[in-house]
Amino acid sequence: MEIIFNGKPREIQASISIQEFLDQLRLDCLQVVVEHNRNIIPRQRLAETVLNRGDTLEVIHFVGGG
Amino acid sequence: MCGSWCFMQIKVNERSYTFEENTAAGAVRARIKPNADLLIVNGFPASAETLLNNDDRVILIRRGEVPDADELDALLTARHTPGVHESVKGSTIGIAGVGGLGSAIAIALARTGIGHMIIADFDIVEPSNLNRQQFFIDQIGLPKVYALRDTLVRINPNVRVTACHLRLTPANIAEIFGHAQVLAEAFDQAQQKVMLIETFAARFPDRPIVTGSGMAGYGPANTVLTQQVANNLYLCGDGCTAAAPGTGLMAPRVGVAAHHQANAVLRLLLGYNPATEEK
Repeated sequence: MEIIFNGKPREIQASISIQEFLDQLRLDCLQVVVEHNRNIIPRQRLAETVLNRGDTLEVIHFVGGG
Repeated sequence: MCGSWCFMQIKVNERSYTFEENTAAGAVRARIKPNADLLIVNGFPASAETLLNNDDRVILIRRGEVPDADELDALLTARHTPGVHESVKGSTIGIAGVGGLGSAIAIALARTGIGHMIIADFDIVEPSNLNRQQFFIDQIGLPKVYALRDTLVRINPNVRVTACHLRLTPANIAEIFGHAQVLAEAFDQAQQKVMLIETFAARFPDRPIVTGSGMAGYGPANTVLTQQVANNLYLCGDGCTAAAPGTGLMAPRVGVAAHHQANAVLRLLLGYNPATEEK
């Protein structure tokens, strides 16, 4: 199925959670903020939130310094 | 056209006065504050010959004179775009972390006349902070939030500062920043940035967060941007240059990112999108 990932269409496996999707991308969820359908999802809910066709997902990666 | 009975309202040092039409700025000075050596009309230095119009704002400043409390607010913001200070002086903002980013954000926004700032940080001032953070040698050893509060009050005593010397955690973020209309994320560690954003957004999904990511090193300042990266999340930085062995944090580029953040906060308070020209 297709979702919009960081602004671009992307084919992903159906019925996977956001956590599984991040794992496939090898992203460290401690350093990313995930926005699903315009809501920021706390990391403890990444595993229980399942992606659906047409969803929008923004993954913002953070680096240290300040 | 309207004879000798035509008058206009002029604000001089934020107090209203009535003058005849076509009065020059110099005549206003002669009446209100003859010893003023700086004349500012609508936020810009003007000559004594400048003719005034109804609703103009005139600021008269005598160099070196400390004005009374009533005048100070107006004089501090004499060079602002008119209307900006009125819009922001009733605002409350939060700054999470007052290191290189947060201390510079706070100073820029104090100079802008933000009404209330909530600043939070657990750290104390150390010598290694002074390469980029807005502290002084005589503040070494002080909690950063108290040192910064002292500095902010020296700049603008009309800004109310709530200084919280503590470690921000998921358990206290909503309480500490409960009144913040906009939150500036100014932590050092990436995981802490994420923790703060997740926690604040979960509790206050409608309130904007302005975050900083990617300002280490001395790469081009032009790669530091303000971008809207989520519905209510604006990211200032180059997005990728981490503080790491071999890539330090230094005042110029950290300052560029911090002032992107401060400007983003100001734009949000004024009702503008920080990342575009849009209202």
